[in-house]
This record gives sequence, structure tokens and C-alpha cells, in this order.
Amino acid sequence: MKPGENNILEKEIHEKHTCYHCGEECKDDVIQFDEHEFCCDGCSVVYDLLKENNLCRYYTIDGAQGLSPDESYFPGKYDYLDLPEVADKLLEFTDGKLSRINWLVPKMHCSSCIWLLEQLNRLNPAIRSSVVNFPEKKVRITYDSQQIKLSELATLITRIGYEPYISLNDVEGKQIKKWNRTRLYKIGISGFAFGNIMMLSFPEYFHLGESRSDENLGYLFSVLNLVLSLPVFFYCAADFFKSAWSALKGKYLNIDAPIALALLCVFLTSLYQIISQTGPGYFDSLAGAVFFMLIGRYFQDKTYAGISFDRDYKSYFPVAVTVIKNGIENRVPITELQPGEQMLVRNQELIPADAVLLSPRALIDYSFVSGESEPVERKKGDTIYAGGKQTGLSVELEVLRRVSQSYLTQLWNNDTFSREKENQDQTLAARINKFFSMIVLGIAVITFLTWFFILKNPETAFNAFTTCLLVACPCALLLSSTFTNGNLLSLFGKHRFYPKNAHAIERLSKIDTVVFDKTGTITQINDAEVEFIGETLTVEELIMIKTLASQSSHPLSRMLVKELDHVNTSKRILTAFVESEGLGMRALWGKVEVKLGSAKWVQSANLLEKSDNASHVYVSIDATIRGYFTLKSKYRPELNDTVSRLQNSGFDTYLLSGDKPTDKQLLTPVFGAESNLLFEQKPEEKLRFIKHLQLHDHKNVLMIGDGLNDAGALRQSDVGLAVSDDINNFSPACDAIIEGNQLVRLPAFISLAKSGQSIIKLSFGISLFYNILGLTFAVSGKLSPVIAAILMPVSSITIVLFTTVASNLAAKKWLKS
Amino acid sequence: MSALYILIIASLFVAIGFLGAFIWSVRKGHFDDDYTPSIRILLDDTDTKP
Repeated sequence: MKPGENNILEKEIHEKHTCYHCGEECKDDVIQFDEHEFCCDGCSVVYDLLKENNLCRYYTIDGAQGLSPDESYFPGKYDYLDLPEVADKLLEFTDGKLSRINWLVPKMHCSSCIWLLEQLNRLNPAIRSSVVNFPEKKVRITYDSQQIKLSELATLITRIGYEPYISLNDVEGKQIKKWNRTRLYKIGISGFAFGNIMMLSFPEYFHLGESRSDENLGYLFSVLNLVLSLPVFFYCAADFFKSAWSALKGKYLNIDAPIALALLCVFLTSLYQIISQTGPGYFDSLAGAVFFMLIGRYFQDKTYAGISFDRDYKSYFPVAVTVIKNGIENRVPITELQPGEQMLVRNQELIPADAVLLSPRALIDYSFVSGESEPVERKKGDTIYAGGKQTGLSVELEVLRRVSQSYLTQLWNNDTFSREKENQDQTLAARINKFFSMIVLGIAVITFLTWFFILKNPETAFNAFTTCLLVACPCALLLSSTFTNGNLLSLFGKHRFYPKNAHAIERLSKIDTVVFDKTGTITQINDAEVEFIGETLTVEELIMIKTLASQSSHPLSRMLVKELDHVNTSKRILTAFVESEGLGMRALWGKVEVKLGSAKWVQSANLLEKSDNASHVYVSIDATIRGYFTLKSKYRPELNDTVSRLQNSGFDTYLLSGDKPTDKQLLTPVFGAESNLLFEQKPEEKLRFIKHLQLHDHKNVLMIGDGLNDAGALRQSDVGLAVSDDINNFSPACDAIIEGNQLVRLPAFISLAKSGQSIIKLSFGISLFYNILGLTFAVSGKLSPVIAAILMPVSSITIVLFTTVASNLAAKKWLKS
Repeated sequence: MSALYILIIASLFVAIGFLGAFIWSVRKGHFDDDYTPSIRILLDDTDTKP
């Protein structure tokens, strides 16, 4: 902002008004209603609705936290929900009378939201109950389907600001159940068995029970131990056996294979000892090992409820589109869209299929698909590819291809999308485990042979063999990686960096190349550096400009409005408003003509259209040119710092943009060489570039992107990181999500991931120490159950403590701001 | 010593009771959402419609 403008503004004292509903500052007209002030009609309508139903407590819980209702709502938007084939897929339960639906409401954010969404029955008595699950951002509504239609329900909660998110994925019925209760059952049962077996084994540990009656008691205890260990072995540990078996069938060894082998051996030996009454068995160690391993897995696999990492194009596409048939508008699910049909696409709606434009003109925003920041103009008869968003008036289009065959969806047919990144074999623990298992098996076999053939003691031979496998069971190794990664996941989450799982953390630690996308990733969407060059404008002139600019949906006009948010718009109606797409607009302010637009539009004879990096908006008032605004895309303020830190740490940095090379000069010093900057890259070219880096240069690539245009590259890269300014917003399929303002911490996050790998190695060293200790007992055939029972939990607990403390210390070191 | 037989059996049944309670609570969905109930309890009961 220029100092001259500030002086003028200071003359007028602005009263600050905050909206009673949403708490935001009222920028335009202040609406007085019921002794409160509101920033827009939407907010006051919601207030009215809440007041009518005596729900004003909403405002006393968390202050003014309300949401403005969705502006893109139009009557009939949710009509498709009443189609039986759509409703069937969405409803959790229905018996014709009562129905239940579980809706994702991404906008809920505070305790007021929980309160209001659980009071829906007061807005409409047909709603029986509504229960919120806040971490998953879902509300489960039970309603009387004879009294209220699903579309009416959706409209109702949209009207109070909580628009439900319904995507094509929901309708196609591919729902992944995130929360797995079976795991909790398994942990509970193994914990129960572990505790009781320990208790029943105590007499054995202290060599109690020498008398005859004690012997009987001891036998009872052994049998009880056996009974208690059955569910542990057959139910709780089933996953280890299943995974080991499927690995063996695929002819490779995974980390579960030696665990399964050890569990099997220990179980059979213990069974033999009890049946032959030769010993008490090792059931306590068995149950303990299973219990600790299950807890470790639970920690590691805990996911962020409410954040989805596996979105493909289907999550972005609308569920239904308006189709015009014989002049009648109808909402039709997009999966049923046929070539030749006519569809109507409204402002800010996504075009779901490749189509030919029937309306005279359309302004399509492809930023999400291609990364181009400026909308492109299309004329009647042009082909418009799926994925673009119409900005401005509604347009009519004729469908060319079905949704599943459209240009955009073709990208998902690339091999990259069917390839699984998560390979159990590639993890650090799995690689260490390979050597470890070989050595342990070797020691066990040698021990067995020595006892059997040289010392001629077959019984000790079997005992020594199984106890070798028991003490050297790689569960300590499993624990060290599961607990370290689990703890790192939650530490990252606290700093609003959300890796998908432990595998992603491990791949992150190996990254040596970082590739950035431009639009939306390093620039801030809908935000620009605006500067006015020319004669200083008076407040009245600024009001004129803002009022005029707010009439248009062109991105430049919007940025201008945003920049001038300290200026009030006027209620005075502009007359003779004309907007010419791609040129500018003009209107009459009283009798004064105001023009905004390109140099050509304002007929600037002496001012040539500037050809530098920025966009220009010329201002002409009363036929005199007053100057122009320059609008430059605004880069994240921390960009320079982040990239230079990465380069200092030895990472290669690249920029991969779908946009025109307008900012090349500006960005070259940031990224070093010009060859590291690639512009006008199509989604497939981005994918190919990443592939080239990986295969040709043997790099481990971290791709940072935000839109569908990066989806291929994100999937191909070793770690695909999606940047989002609101993590509950929708980002493409990726391995991790980061909040925009945390991007500066990326080098620290990578360092922490590296430290995590060292911690795993160190804790593996600790478990090796316990293993050697246990093996010396086992090899000599002297591993009594009591030693096993002490070594097992002690080693597990030391490892859990060590990994937790060490990863917290590492986080403190790297993430201290 | 024979008292131990009864005690052990009794203690096992008590333990099984607690395990049953745990399984029941998981099945009822008590562990599905560990955040919202902590907020819900702080929101006062609403006054009924006038």
C-alpha cells in the first residue's frame, strides 16, 4: 500500500463492525437485524433461523463462530439425493420409516458446531437424533423418511452453514472403514490372557510347590495356562500367521515370518511340555510377546481420522449435474451422463465430462487441473475438457464422452496409480530382519545339532532350539520400529504435518531431491501483491473502484476487492454496467463513467500494455486515466528461506509448473539454475519428469503439490506431499499432507524422519544386547521360563521407553522454532 | 491348599467378567470417538421449547 493512500484513509474514521454470527469484520454493508450486526444476508438468515427455534445458545458457547451458508447453493442442488439408487448407497440404514445417514461435514470446527448439529431435531421434528463424531467430522442423523426427504435434510443443514460433503466415491459405494474394532478386541483378549498366565506362573518362578498337593495344583495351573493361551494363539496372533503365510506363498520372507515361526515353535514346545508333564511351558512369554506386538501395531497404524489420503478425481467431482431435456432441468448422477446430452453448469461448478460449449462464451478456470492461474476464455463450439470450473454465468454444454472416459480421468489409468508404494520388504526393520533371522536360525540349528549329535541329549536339543527362537524372536525389532514411527506420527501431527503412515516417514528420511509445484503450492491462491501506480486516488474513487470490481467474478477483480477490503462498498447502484470478458468493465457512478480493465479497454493511447511479469488493471474515471494497479502472484513469504535451507542441507530443488513462465526471472535466483525450472508442464509430463529423476538419476524424490494436475507426479514420487491451507479441505491422493504455513519446517521434518531411522537402529542395538543375553542361556539349554518371562517384558519395556524418550528429544531438537 | 482351587476359579471368572465388559464397550462403540464426548459433557442440557 502506498503511503499516500493511508493518509487519505486516516481522515475517515472507520467504525469496526463485527458480525454477530460469523465473527468476521463487516467489510461491506452492515446489516442491522434484531439489535445485532451482520456482515451479509447469509449470516443474518442463519441467525434468524436459529432464533426462531430458540437456538441462540449457539452464540454463547464459543462466541461468534458461525458459518455463512454456502453461496453456491441453489434450489434443487440436492434433488439427486432423492433418487433411489443414490439414496441406497448413502443411507446407513433404512426400514422405509426411519433412516440413518452418516454425513461428512468438513466445516465443523468448534464446540458450538457440535452443539448445534446435535440440536437438529429442534429445527425439524422429523429428525429424531443427530450425533457428532468430531475427529471424523461426521454427523450421524436418524430421521423419519416419511416426513422429511433426504434432499430436504441436506438443504436444512446447508442452510445453517454446514454443507454436507457428498462425493462420487460415496455414491459408488467404495467406503473404507477406517476404524477397526477387531484390533481392540485382540489387544484386550491378549492383555487379559497375559496377565492371568503371569499370575498362574508365579509359583513356578519362585520354585514353590515341592509337596505332592502342590504338584496337583501346579498341573491345574499349567492346564489353565494352556486354555488361556488358546485364544491368544489362534485369534490374537492370527494376523501374524496370515501375513507370514501370504509372504511364503509369494516366495519371500517378511518381518512376520520369523515371528510366526517363533510363536509356532514356542506354542508346540509348551504344549508338549504340559502334556508330557515335563515342564510348565512358555505360555507367559508367548502371550506377553503377542500383547506387546499388538499394542505396537496399534500405535503405528493409528490414522488421522478426518484426513483422507486416498482421494482420486472422484472425490472432486460433483455427484450430480443438471441436464436439460426438452427444456426441463433435471439433476442426474454424473455416472449416468450420456454423450449427446445437454448439461447446465453454474458458476463455480466443475465440468464433469468432456463437452462442447453451446453457450456463446465461457470462462473456464483450469487451475486445479493444469496449474494455470488465469481462467481461459472459450467460445461456442469449443471442446472443454473435464475438470475445469466455470466462472461467471451458467453455461450449457453438450456431453462428448462419458465421465469415465474423459481426458482427465485417463490420467488415473496410468500404471503409476495401480502400483503399490507400500512394500513391506523395503522397510528398515524388514531389511535388518533378513540378516537377523538368518543368524538366529543358524544359531538355533547349530545348537540343535550340537546337543543332538555331539552331546547326545535329544531332549535338551529340542528345548534349546525352541528357546533360541523364543528369546531371539524379532518382536523387539518390530516394537522398535512400530513405537518410534507411531510416536513420530503424532509428533508430526502436532506440527500440522500429517504423514499417511510409518512407511511414508521412512521414505521421507531417504529423500535427496525436492520438487515444487508453483500455483497453489508456493503461491497463495487468490492472493496477490497489489500496487497502484498513478495519481493518488481519493476515498470516493476507491469506493467506486471497489464497488465496480465486486460486480465481476474475474480473479483479478476479486483480488482487487480483497486488497481494498478496508474500503466500504456503496449501496449506490451502478448503472449501465457492461462487462466485456477478457477486456474489462465499465459503469456509470451517478453521471461519472468508471472503467476498469486492460490498457486497450480504457483507450490508453500513450500507456502501452506493459509486458512484465504482472497483470495490470487500468483505471479510468470520467474519461481520464488515473493510473493502473499491478497484481503479482504472491509467493509464500517463507519460500526463499525454505528452499535455501533445503539447498544448504544438500537437497536438489526443482520447480515444476503447469503455468506460463511469467515469473521465471524472479524464481531463478531462488532455485539456483534456470535448468531447475520447468514451466508449462502437463500432468503427464510432470509424472514423466519425476520418473526420469528416479530411474535415470537414481534420486529419491519428494514432490510437493496441491492440485489434480500434480496427482500423477505425487503418486509417482517417493513421497508425495500435498500442501493445503486447510487440512480438512480436499487434497489429491498423497503420502503426506502439510499445512501451508508449516512448509518452512520441511527441512526440520526431514531431519526428524532421519533421526527416527537412527533411533530404530539404536533400539535395535539394545534389543540385540538382550538377545545375546537370552541366547547364551538358550544355547546352553538353561533358559528357564522365569528367565524368559523376565527378559521378555523387560526388553519390550526398555525399547518402548527408549524410543519414546529419544524421539521426543529429537523432535525438541529439530522442531524448536 | 484346596481353597486355592476355588479362589483361582473365582478370580478367573472375575477377570472374564471384566474382559466381557471391555468387549461390550468396544462393541457399543465407546472407543470409536474419544474426543466428542469430552466436549459434549461440558454443554449444558438445553432448555425446552417455550
